[in-house]
Amino acid sequence: MCDTASTNEFAQKLDDYIDSLPFKKENLIGILHYAQEIYGYLPDNVQWHIAQKLDIPSAKVYGVVSFYSFFTMIPRGEHVVNVCMGTACFVRGGDKLKDELENQLKIKAGETTPDNLFTLETLRCVGACGLAPVMIVDGKVHGRMHEAQEINEVLAKYRPES
Amino acid sequence: MKLENTDALNALKAQSLKLIETRRVADSVSTKNAQGLVRHVMVCGGPGCHSSGSPRIAELLEEELERLGLSEQVKVFQPGCFGFCEKGPMIEIHPDNATYCEVSAEDVPTIVEEHFIQGNQVERLLYMDPNTRERFSTNLPFYDGQLRIALRNVGYIAPENILEYIAADGYQALAKVLFRMTPLEVIDVLKESGLRGRGGAGFPTGTKWEFTRRSQADQRYIICNADEGDPGAFMDRSVLEGDPHSVLEAMLIAGAAIGASEGFIYVRAEYPAAIHRLQVAIAQAREYGLLGTAILGSDLNFDIQLKYGAGAFVCGEETALIHSIEGTRGEPSVKPPFPAQKGLWGKPTCVNNVETLANIPPIILKGAEWFSSIGTEKSKGTKVFALAGKVNNVGLVEVPMGTTLRKIIFDIGGGIKQHKTFKAAQTGGPSGGCIPTKYLDTPIDYESLTAIGSMMGSGGLIVLDEEDCMVNIAKFFQEFTMDESCGRCTACRVGTKRLHEILTKITEGTGTLEDLDKMEKLCHIIKDTALCGLGQSAPNPILSTLKYFRDEYIAHIVDKTCPAGVCKSLLRYEITDKCVGCTLCVKKCPMNCITGSLKKIHVIDQERCLKCGACMEQCRVIGAINHH
Repeated sequence: MCDTASTNEFAQKLDDYIDSLPFKKENLIGILHYAQEIYGYLPDNVQWHIAQKLDIPSAKVYGVVSFYSFFTMIPRGEHVVNVCMGTACFVRGGDKLKDELENQLKIKAGETTPDNLFTLETLRCVGACGLAPVMIVDGKVHGRMHEAQEINEVLAKYRPES
Repeated sequence: MKLENTDALNALKAQSLKLIETRRVADSVSTKNAQGLVRHVMVCGGPGCHSSGSPRIAELLEEELERLGLSEQVKVFQPGCFGFCEKGPMIEIHPDNATYCEVSAEDVPTIVEEHFIQGNQVERLLYMDPNTRERFSTNLPFYDGQLRIALRNVGYIAPENILEYIAADGYQALAKVLFRMTPLEVIDVLKESGLRGRGGAGFPTGTKWEFTRRSQADQRYIICNADEGDPGAFMDRSVLEGDPHSVLEAMLIAGAAIGASEGFIYVRAEYPAAIHRLQVAIAQAREYGLLGTAILGSDLNFDIQLKYGAGAFVCGEETALIHSIEGTRGEPSVKPPFPAQKGLWGKPTCVNNVETLANIPPIILKGAEWFSSIGTEKSKGTKVFALAGKVNNVGLVEVPMGTTLRKIIFDIGGGIKQHKTFKAAQTGGPSGGCIPTKYLDTPIDYESLTAIGSMMGSGGLIVLDEEDCMVNIAKFFQEFTMDESCGRCTACRVGTKRLHEILTKITEGTGTLEDLDKMEKLCHIIKDTALCGLGQSAPNPILSTLKYFRDEYIAHIVDKTCPAGVCKSLLRYEITDKCVGCTLCVKKCPMNCITGSLKKIHVIDQERCLKCGACMEQCRVIGAINHH
């Protein structure tokens, strides 16, 4: 995934951040947020590194990482597509939107396309209930996604021009 | 600039009033008297409008005004949510009392030209009542019957400017608490006001504060629960984004009343905009000495830290939330001891929800009597609901407790989309239940909702119509609680999974009548034995739908049909003799299981049909393809 130089640079950044905290063990979740921000995900070696640095069992770090859905141990694709599965979107066809995305991207929710371009995920409510059903690509909300054609057009914007 | 005392705060308020003068006079003065004032264009920055491009509209407005040399006379602001999400992006112009709906970037030159240069309202952008076709420039029917207390400043002030908050009586309640009230008086006012927790359970806030104050300790903590996890609810988010200082001020008041010097806001990492607003607000409050030591020259020392959630619904439960702040898995623990006795790092801790806190400054300023005059006997004040689903006016509404569902859904909400029939209202999210038509006229408060098998919850209100299958809705919520169960207690971990399995069986047409009894029994076991609120309330969606919509369950089990036409396994697509033989469906069928040639009635091979509905979507002849 990353070469050694950038891995070292990331590790240094993470260490600096941890060193700057007055309380360390109590800030495990904050540290994991920071680590995920720089690495993009939380692989075993990063978890191991954090455990050593904080002097806590790595099982504890893993326990926290696996508990919270915001943390991921698998790298994501270049663009993250989220389908809102909140109740408001669900009753206005959120599940159909998810099916259509799975169909168009040829992956299931939680997976990444083989070309590493898209990761499809679901989340619960982004507060844009007036636009239900919504999909979110890299944080940008696309609302009232009913037609396969519209979905295709949104995805096309994120595909490299060939 | 540190504010040394109340006089400095009042002087700053007097100075800052001009910032919101235009908006203040808009309420009382006619347009003619307001001439000469700088006009304020408020572009809604709520989650819905933001998603549909309101920041771009604000930008374009500024550019266009600049281009025409009007930027001195007209100022553009991006405040928090106006609430009327359905018609977003929305713009409000003060003091002209003009509200424009569904504004797009292309409308910007027209608005500037017609409204600001020619002085006419842009008729086509005004709200139109869909039934009477009457246009409204102000006093939209959506706001009739609403009363904004928690949302008083949301959509009214610029949230990233502390001076606007101070101009709108901000931090006056804190000054009153610090210099004109004793801590016990503050707690008494809250108790007398009847304010109850808006996060769901409705525990009296004053009593909670009193308990925390009474616990002997060298340190106590105040926590603001901003982990809004209920799918379909965004009221806390709107308060945090639109009026962050009201939450800070209320936490300071709590600190003074309870005797705490540290506060935490536990906010979802999924709300980056809210986090940003809070960071800005905290930095500004520190700059003015409203957080820190010797606040306003009193002996109060108080500071606030942000803590981020990481996507776990159970962390809305207070003991789980405390564990999460401590950096561990967010699993709840057995109560007692309550957090008021032994909470964060073993110290007495008071956990309050965002909306609860937002109510506190006005209660302190206007008094307990004012607040308790609003609402019902046991539930005082107002409640914010996130109204969504199959209703015409999706949005954020704040109504006095005791307002009926009919008023919220049919008057404020404008009725059901596409003139369909109302079937049920779902309140309380995954912990609540579905309320059928016969209870539409029940005045809603904590007690009445519990009595009809639902609950207030955090305020999600989802409207369901004839096309929603109640078994499928119950399954949706069960899937949610099953996913979100933390796994600590068996009742919830295993129980929610078994319930989900039975519901799946029923929606696939393989359920039996015994399953219903089994499910009901299991629901009661989980309710009685689960460790925390998540598990104890997880069966509510099933119990309430079993109670009010049992016939739908029976239709799935006995007749093997889904009356709403939702459950795929039970659907059957058939082509009737109305078919004109156009072959459109033949071409669209992904399974190639429709046979038929031009001008002959087509046939679906039921064995191979996926029930995807593509044929029905394509068909142009009404009634040629049926599903049942």
